[in-house]
Amino acid sequence: MADRAQPVSARPGIGAAACIAALVLGTLAAVAWRAEPGGGLSAADWAAVRFTLLQATLSALFSVGLAIPVARALARRRFAGRSALIALLGVPFILPVIVAILGLLEVFGRAGLISQLLGLFGLDPIRIYGLHGVVLAHVFLNLPLATRLILQGWQEVPAERFRLAAQLGFDAPAMFRLIEWPLLRQVIPGALAVVFAICLTSFAVALTLGGGPKATTIELGIYQAFRFEFDLGRAALLSGLQILLATGAAMVAIRLAQGTGFGTGLDRSLRRWDGRTTLARTTDAVWIALAAAFLLLPLGAIVASGVPGFAGLPFVVWKAAGVSLLVATASTALLLLAALPMSAAIATGRHTAIELAGLLGLAASPLVIGTGLFILIRPIADPFLLALPVTALVNALMSLPFAMRILVPRARDIVERYGKLGLSLNMAHGPFLWRVFLPRMRAQIGFAAGLGMALSIGDLGVITLFADPDIATLPLQIYRLMGSYQMEAAAGGALLLLLLSVGTFWLLDKGGRHHAEI
Amino acid sequence: MKHLAFAAAILSATAATAQTPELTVYTYDSFVAEWGPGPKVEAAFEEVCDCDLKLVGVEDGAALLARVRLEGERSDADIVLGLDTNLTAAAKETGLFAEHSVDATYDMPVTWDDPVFVPYDWGYFAFIHEAGTDAPKSFRELADSDQTILIQDPRSSTPGLGLLLWVKSAYGDEAPEIWEGLSDNIVTVTKGWSEAYGLFMEGEADMVLSYTTSPAYHLIAEEDDTKAAAPFDEGHYMQVEVAAKLAGTDQPELADQFLQFMVSDAFQSIIPTTNWMYPAVMPEDGLADGFDTLITPEKSLLMSSEDAAAIRDEALSEWQTALSQ
Repeated sequence: MADRAQPVSARPGIGAAACIAALVLGTLAAVAWRAEPGGGLSAADWAAVRFTLLQATLSALFSVGLAIPVARALARRRFAGRSALIALLGVPFILPVIVAILGLLEVFGRAGLISQLLGLFGLDPIRIYGLHGVVLAHVFLNLPLATRLILQGWQEVPAERFRLAAQLGFDAPAMFRLIEWPLLRQVIPGALAVVFAICLTSFAVALTLGGGPKATTIELGIYQAFRFEFDLGRAALLSGLQILLATGAAMVAIRLAQGTGFGTGLDRSLRRWDGRTTLARTTDAVWIALAAAFLLLPLGAIVASGVPGFAGLPFVVWKAAGVSLLVATASTALLLLAALPMSAAIATGRHTAIELAGLLGLAASPLVIGTGLFILIRPIADPFLLALPVTALVNALMSLPFAMRILVPRARDIVERYGKLGLSLNMAHGPFLWRVFLPRMRAQIGFAAGLGMALSIGDLGVITLFADPDIATLPLQIYRLMGSYQMEAAAGGALLLLLLSVGTFWLLDKGGRHHAEI
Repeated sequence: MKHLAFAAAILSATAATAQTPELTVYTYDSFVAEWGPGPKVEAAFEEVCDCDLKLVGVEDGAALLARVRLEGERSDADIVLGLDTNLTAAAKETGLFAEHSVDATYDMPVTWDDPVFVPYDWGYFAFIHEAGTDAPKSFRELADSDQTILIQDPRSSTPGLGLLLWVKSAYGDEAPEIWEGLSDNIVTVTKGWSEAYGLFMEGEADMVLSYTTSPAYHLIAEEDDTKAAAPFDEGHYMQVEVAAKLAGTDQPELADQFLQFMVSDAFQSIIPTTNWMYPAVMPEDGLADGFDTLITPEKSLLMSSEDAAAIRDEALSEWQTALSQ
């Protein structure tokens, strides 16, 4: 394609994508390069690949499949506490794995809420461990994210389209065929690919809820190769395979996601005239109530078990919280520095390679990235001194795919709507960026920053590979407390983490759309 | 003038640090935690060594060895503290560790004469349950019962590997049969000790794989006597935690001094109530009250590090096969 004049430059985005690809593939190469000759993949590895694919596919299908009716209900209903509920929806996703598992088990476990209720009627406790448990946990973690992504798709539809639909008297099937299906077609493949990629690298959740070695994932294979056998070659091989699977899924998603064709609107405030039948109201209410119960009960359990230990939290935990906030701030800045130019570049039409680069951070094994960085940094600097910057960098890398999913549709929309106008006014890239692009991206930037910040606060990440006794992040400190029997203090720390994540997410998300109705 | 004084102060400060030798000890993460042995050990050693002791925490024993192998001969570490006998054969094979010069009489159920690795604490693996409930008395009894257990994955956790070798050393060729019997008792397998213990505290299973010393923590630190370890007739597999000096250290004398200090009273008296393990050399004041309530296995099981390394892969595949059915 010949270079057409574009309202924003694609170069910074291409540069950022190249840096990310170099970083991820460079760390992988560093690990492979340090490898001693070893065997290839064993039968057990292939079994792990099969299980990983199975659970990731099921988890993605269920998370996104259930998110559609929930997002639809949230998109067309207005009720008290709606924005609080949407903010809380982001929480499960950002919890450290072990905290999420414990919260989930307080509801679905052998001694959990549901089993106790069943016990009242003389029934046996439910058995959560197995493939269904893995999928349940992944849906708990990813349903909220999928819901938010799809909800955003609804918000991309200009208010005028709903007005027109109402004037033309669309019934529910027409509404679905002409508005909902086209918008879903655009967001669902991306949401599926992201959830699939997250679940691909799942390890502790899959193992714990899978109930045993049957639930061995590729990531556990990497862990085993690295620590049990010190076979770096196999670790790199498995990590490469993981990247291939995730990028393969992403390419399918990119092919499937076609343009919206909703055209432009005048940014009128949104009013909905559809879905007013009793049946539609009831269905929406049921979906919202079910989703809220499914997500909020385990969160409530985490809060409840955190309260007793909260007051007596040792000073080191507060200090770790400070460190985590610092790391998260740096990480979020890095995230936006990469994600904004990359979305702008995608909006101008060069998308596939950049979208794939954006997904790499999620597809690569954190253990391999961390180890690779360690190998690369060691000859030039003390890796322990760089523990926090490296953690911030890797956290930014991991949140990038989510930020991209949030930013890209809007960026595309802006370039489509205002690009020609900007060019005809002979607006340079700079003014277009500052006067048109960024202000209109505000809500999406807020959401992406909030998510990135919260993710970084909750992520244990690579800090375990570089940790120093004096600097620890909050998730690491929680693990340390648990590692020395202090379960109550750890639960208190988890509550603090939850408050911090929700607080920063809410602030940033709110800040981004303080005048917008969402 | 002010700037000059400031610069001079910085210069003299750096000069002072340059004169104080630094000893870098790589250890596992829970050792360096504020409530772990690390801070106390650091203070006690710095009192006698005229040096700066720098503790670096790296996840757990297996990650520790992986880290040292990754760094190879140019490692910054002078000492590695926190491997156990299941890892020492692999560690020795790397040729990265040097022989020690420590002289000590150990209070352990096994004799110790390793030229490279010096033990600093030890414990027995055991299943922990609520006190007052009937616990099985052997693996066979457990397999036949409907008691539920939580265990750790041997591929990612030290206690998990310990259990694998416990069953293997007690039952040899019958180990697969034992695992098949246990498969319906196992609620789930976790990545590490913390996850399993956390799940146990939530009531997810009747018993969890931990150490015979675990009830001492609840008793001493939380005045909670509701946890007990189940004594098993087969005997209990031991974990012996060791430290060693790296061959490439630039502080060989200081490293030797640290290893000798490690088996002295000052270090050993810190261990029981911070690391919740038995000291390798009994401190003069003995153990804290509460340790006397713990079970003492009649039979101690421990494979030599060579045997453990040789049998590990076979035991793992037996475990995987039995539990994957």
